[in-house]
Amino acid sequence: MNNPSPTAPLNYLNHKTGLWSWMTATDHKRIGLLYLYSITTFFLAAAVLGLLMKIEKVAPGETIMTAQTYNAMFSLHGIIMIFIVVIPGLAAVFGNICLPIMIGAKDVAFPKLNLFSYYVYITGAILGLYSQFANGHSPDAGWTFYVPYSAEVNSNIILALMAAFTLGFASILTGLNFIVTIHRMRAPGMTWFRMPLFPWSLYATAWIQLLATPVVGITLLMVVAERTLHVGFFDPKLGGDPVLYQHLFWIYSHPAVYVMILPAMGVVTEIFPTFSQKPVFGYLPIVFSSLAIALVGYFVWGHHMYTSGMSIESRWFFSFLTFIVAIPSAIKVFNWLSTMYGGSVDLKPPLLYAISFIFLFTIGGFTGLILGAVATDVQVHNTDFVVAHFHYIIFGGMGFGFFAAMHYWYPKIYGRMYNIRWANIAWGFLFTGFNFLYFPMFIMGIQGMPRRYYDYDPQFQMGQTISTIGAVILFIGLIGMISNLVYHVRRGAIAPANPWHGVTLEWQIPSPPPHENFDDIPVITRGPYVFDNPHTK
Amino acid sequence: MENHEESHVTSYALNAKVLLVLLSLTVLTILVIKLHLGAFTVAMALFIASIKTTIVLTYFMHLKFEKPILRVMVGGIFALFAIIIVITFIDYYFR
Repeated sequence: MNNPSPTAPLNYLNHKTGLWSWMTATDHKRIGLLYLYSITTFFLAAAVLGLLMKIEKVAPGETIMTAQTYNAMFSLHGIIMIFIVVIPGLAAVFGNICLPIMIGAKDVAFPKLNLFSYYVYITGAILGLYSQFANGHSPDAGWTFYVPYSAEVNSNIILALMAAFTLGFASILTGLNFIVTIHRMRAPGMTWFRMPLFPWSLYATAWIQLLATPVVGITLLMVVAERTLHVGFFDPKLGGDPVLYQHLFWIYSHPAVYVMILPAMGVVTEIFPTFSQKPVFGYLPIVFSSLAIALVGYFVWGHHMYTSGMSIESRWFFSFLTFIVAIPSAIKVFNWLSTMYGGSVDLKPPLLYAISFIFLFTIGGFTGLILGAVATDVQVHNTDFVVAHFHYIIFGGMGFGFFAAMHYWYPKIYGRMYNIRWANIAWGFLFTGFNFLYFPMFIMGIQGMPRRYYDYDPQFQMGQTISTIGAVILFIGLIGMISNLVYHVRRGAIAPANPWHGVTLEWQIPSPPPHENFDDIPVITRGPYVFDNPHTK
Repeated sequence: MENHEESHVTSYALNAKVLLVLLSLTVLTILVIKLHLGAFTVAMALFIASIKTTIVLTYFMHLKFEKPILRVMVGGIFALFAIIIVITFIDYYFR
């Protein structure tokens, strides 16, 4: 962990030292860092699995792994990325680090519960990893655990389900903590509509975490009960209905997509005003679009099930609602672009990642409309098109949002600055590699390339090879970006308190922040994005 | 921002009345099965269970004495839950 020089002023990184002080930390910023290091480790492991899967597909036929290994790899990649990386991701890391500071509080409402939820998370993560290697089996049912396969196959499914269940608990506890923190601990004068937009996005996210996660928890337990006690919930042989599993699974897992993407939207909403040096365009529409996404996002789960044997009435009903949820997302994109319009745009790495977010998220969003319409979805269901769409939204959206947040708050978190030129080059590799990797999958998907296949017909050779080259470029970019950030934690130039000329509260305290953030709780007298501070441009 | 603490004590008599109502509704849940409502049997059972839940939340969990915003939040959660159940069952009803 970071240990600044003995002469450095006391801050949350050095007010206590030693491994034990980190393991028992209740400071929200330290817990955020614990999540950051854990999530980054898992992310890199799952990214390597993704790279290996792409290398396998560089040429038709078996190249570096068997079909069964490939099945286990995409399951492990999905389980780690979804349940251990992107669902907790931004909320657990940057929500923890920034939320209390941005609302003028000294910590979250329940600091010990916060630490407890981290350990629940780690327990779930370890259980998930154990499920991959115990008894010589790896779960091969994908991250969705669809029945009847997952109810019958003998490959550590119960362990993997229990891991997902445990990770869900961590998510619920974090969501509960954030809701109470935002309701009860805002600084005097910080009314709801004086609150910055990243906390607003965390608030909308927390409600989803709190209300939707128990559904999947119960569902996963029902699969366990079916396997162990032979209670017929989902397995037709026991009188159950597999489509019911899909309903229950997606009742959580579609809102979970918004758990992933809403905080990323909040991050870029902070970045655009700062790097344009002008107030955010349409504060209220952004607030209400976050809430609308969270609310309407609950009712669109059926668009994952158009080909599963659902009734035709349900199909058009879900299709209609899916198109509705596109509206608040489009409002946000319009507001981000309008925030930059006419501003003093400073193209630093956080803004590069934020603009990339808009570009990639918009491609993901538009291709989502193709999947949201019943007629076109049937054509591309279970093809590479879906995989490409999903990665444009989750990696292009949440992933690039996470990178944007890392580059934006890095000087605040560590009190050091990374190398800007190095960061720009890494961004170039990441952005280029990303598009080479995933865009061909749209085309191959339309041409009929099924998802989750380790082999393919020769007609897909060119697309698969381009995609593999993209994966290598992307991975080089990842290593470049992470090494820049890690290297400069100790060796970077000392960062000032407000290097980007931001106006929200986190930029008004020292870098790194002191243990309890504020000596005196600030009194808020105006909105969050007023750029008339003499320290700003 | 919203620090506000008050405590309320409900009388034994009121608690006893609430208990009686809950027990009566439990009996009603069993009797409803004999009406042979077909596909709506489950819906009726859930409807009665919802009434019972509301009573428990209102009296035993003191929602009656809380600020309106908390009542709206809890009501909203149950409305959300109800909508999700209804949407799921639309599929089964039309399939």
